[in-house]
Amino acid sequence: MNPIIRFSNVTKRFGALTVLRDFDFEVKQGEKVTLIGPSGSGKSTVLRILMTLEPFQEGTLTLAGMPYHEPDGHGPFKAREKHLRQIRSHVGMVFQSFNLFPHMTVLRNVIEAPVRVLGLSRNEAECRAVDLLNMVGLADKKDHYPSQLSGGQQQRVAIARALAMRPRVLLFDEPTSALDPQLVGEVLGVIRSLAHEHDLTMLLVTHEMRFAREVSDRVCFFDKGQIVEQGEPERIFSSPEQPRTREFLASVLG
Amino acid sequence: MTWTQLLPNLIKGAEVTALIAVASTLLGAVFAFAAGIARVSGGRLLSAIALTYIEIFRGTSLLVQLFWLYYALPLIGISFDPIATGIFGLALNIGAYGAEVVRGALVSVSEQQREAAKALNFSGAHTMIHIVLPQAVIEMMPSFCNLAIQNLKDTALVSFISIADLSFHAQSLRNLTLQSVPIYTLTLLIYFAMALVIAAAMRWLENKLRRGAAFPKGAAS
Amino acid sequence: MMYGFAWDTSTPLAYAISILPILGIGLIVTLEATVCGFAIAMGVGLVFALLRRAKSRLITWPVGLIVEFLRDTPLLIQLFFLFYVLPQFGIVLPAFLTGALALGLQYSAYTSEVYRAGLEAIGRGQWEAATALNLTRAQTYRDVVIPQAIPRIVPALGNYLVSMLKDTPVLSVITVVDMLNLANLIGDRTFEYLVPLSLVGLIFLILTLGCSALIHVIERVLPKRGIALR
Repeated sequence: MNPIIRFSNVTKRFGALTVLRDFDFEVKQGEKVTLIGPSGSGKSTVLRILMTLEPFQEGTLTLAGMPYHEPDGHGPFKAREKHLRQIRSHVGMVFQSFNLFPHMTVLRNVIEAPVRVLGLSRNEAECRAVDLLNMVGLADKKDHYPSQLSGGQQQRVAIARALAMRPRVLLFDEPTSALDPQLVGEVLGVIRSLAHEHDLTMLLVTHEMRFAREVSDRVCFFDKGQIVEQGEPERIFSSPEQPRTREFLASVLG
Repeated sequence: MTWTQLLPNLIKGAEVTALIAVASTLLGAVFAFAAGIARVSGGRLLSAIALTYIEIFRGTSLLVQLFWLYYALPLIGISFDPIATGIFGLALNIGAYGAEVVRGALVSVSEQQREAAKALNFSGAHTMIHIVLPQAVIEMMPSFCNLAIQNLKDTALVSFISIADLSFHAQSLRNLTLQSVPIYTLTLLIYFAMALVIAAAMRWLENKLRRGAAFPKGAAS
Repeated sequence: MMYGFAWDTSTPLAYAISILPILGIGLIVTLEATVCGFAIAMGVGLVFALLRRAKSRLITWPVGLIVEFLRDTPLLIQLFFLFYVLPQFGIVLPAFLTGALALGLQYSAYTSEVYRAGLEAIGRGQWEAATALNLTRAQTYRDVVIPQAIPRIVPALGNYLVSMLKDTPVLSVITVVDMLNLANLIGDRTFEYLVPLSLVGLIFLILTLGCSALIHVIERVLPKRGIALR
C-alpha cells in the first residue's frame, strides 16, 4: 500500500534558518506516529507544513498521492488556494493552545466548518456534533462558551471540532502542553480512544513519553531537523541505539 | 512670492503657535492632574466639581468654548487679552481629556500597592505622591503624547479669536497672494514637523521616567 | 429676524427660546456634516487599514506616512487646503461636501487605527484554526475575524463619532451654515453673544452626552459573549 504521507527531500527554511533539510518521512494509512525530540527540533514544523500553515521551499510532499506543490504553482506555497483547500480537506489539526473560536458556543465551534465547508445541513451537522461531544464527554456543555470551560475541556472540544470534518489524517501539536497537570489525563484519554480508530492516521507531537509509548505504532526521535532514530515504541524507549536519543530520553524520563 | 519668501512669514506664525501649544499643554497638565486626582481621591464635593468640569469641556466643542471665552465672557465683565484667552481655553479643554487619562492611570495602579502602603501606615497624601503617582505617570505618557499632539492641532483654532498664529498667517498670506498650494502645503508640513518634535520629546520624557522608576534615585547610587 | 424667526431680547430666557428654531436649522447641518463625514471616515479608514496590512512595504510605508500626516495636522488647515486647492484642479464641490470630506479624511486616520487594532487583537491561532478547518478567507473574515473585531471596534468608532460632532463647528469657516455660524450671526446682529453661544454649548453637551449614553447601550447589546475584550 502506498503511504498516505510522503515527504521526500523536503527543505524548509525560515529566512536564513534551515528547519528541515532533505527531510524524508513516510506514514502509512491508519498509522499512529509520535514525534519526540527537544524543542526547536522541527517536529511541530512537520505538522504545520502538512496543515499548509507553513510553506516549504524544496522537495516534494504528497498526501494520499496529491502533491502539495503544483507544477505551475506560484506564491510561497507554490499552489493555488483551491488546491490547498483540497489537501486540507483530508487533514485536521489540534493545537497546543486549542484555538477555539471564543465568540461561538461549543456546539457552534463544532458545526461551523461542517456547515460552511462541507455543506451539511444544520440538523445533520448538529447530530454529528452531539455524537462527537458525547464521545469527548462534553455533550452537556454544548451551549457554553469556550471561556467557561477548563483548558482540558476546551482541548476536548477542539478535538471534536477537528473530527467533525472527518479528516483522514489528524495532527496533534503538543495537545497537552498548555494544560495544568491535573487536566492532562482527560485529554490523553480522548486521544487514546481515537488511537483505536483503524483508518485514522495520527501524527502526534508530545512530551508525554509514557503516553507515546502506549498509543504509537512508531516513535520518531527528532533532532536538528532530522529523524535521528525511529522504530517501535518498545524498542526506542527500552534500547535506543543512537547516543542522542539516549541522552534525550534520559533527560526527559529523569 | 516664492516658497522661500513665504516661509519666513509662516515661521513667524509658527513661533506663536509653538508658544501657545507649549504653554497650554503645561497648564492643561496642571488641570488634568488636579481634576484627575480630585476624581479619584478628592471626596464627594471635589469629585463632583471635577466631574462637571470634565463633562462640560469634553462634551462641548472647543471652538464654542473659545468663542464663549472670547466673546461672551467680556459681556459679563471678564476679559483677558487674546493670547491669554487662547492658552486658557486650550488648557481647559485638553485638561479635561487629560483628567480622564490621569484618573484611568491612577485607578490602574494595583490594589496590592495601595494595600502595601496602608500596611506601612503611610498617609493618603504620602501614598498618592510617593507610591501611586510615580507608577501611574509612566502609564499616562503615551496618552499624554497623543493629547499634546491633539492640542497642537487645536491651537489652529485660536486664529479665530484674532491671534496671529501659524494658521492666521497662512490665511492672511493666502488672501494677499492667492497662492493656496504652496502656502497650505508649507503650513501642513510645519504643523507635521512640530507634531513629530512633540512625539520625540514625549518619548524622550517617557524613557527618562521609565529609567527613573526602574532605578529609584536612592537605590541607583 | 432670520429664516423667518424673530428674536426677543427682552430677557435671556425669552431670547434663548426665540433663537432656538434658528439654531435648530444649524443643528441639522451639523448632524448632516457629521453623518457624511463619518461615512467617509469609516470607508476611507477601512481602505487605509487594509492597505497597511499589504505584504509589500512599497504600499504599507507610504500609506503609513499619509495616515500619520492626516492625523498630525490640524483639521482647519486640511479644510482650507481642500477648499482652496481642489478648485484649482477643476474639482468644485459645495462647501458642505468639502467640509464633510475634510472631516472624513482627518478621521479616516483615526478609524484606520481602530480597524487595525481590532484586527490585530485577533491572534494568529484563530487564523490557523480557520485554515485547519478549511474555511475560505472570506468565511474566516465573516464568521471568525469580524464578529470578534466588532465589539472592540464599535465603541472606539463611537468615541470618534462624538469627537467629530464636536469638530463640525470648524466648517463654519468655509461658509457652512452650522449651529455655531448661526449663533455668531445672531450675535453680530443683536450684539449679544452670551446667550446664543451658551445655548450652542448646551446643545453640544446634550448631544455628546446623549451619544455617549447611546454608545454604552450599543456596547452592552453587542453580541460579545465569550470574547475577552482586555
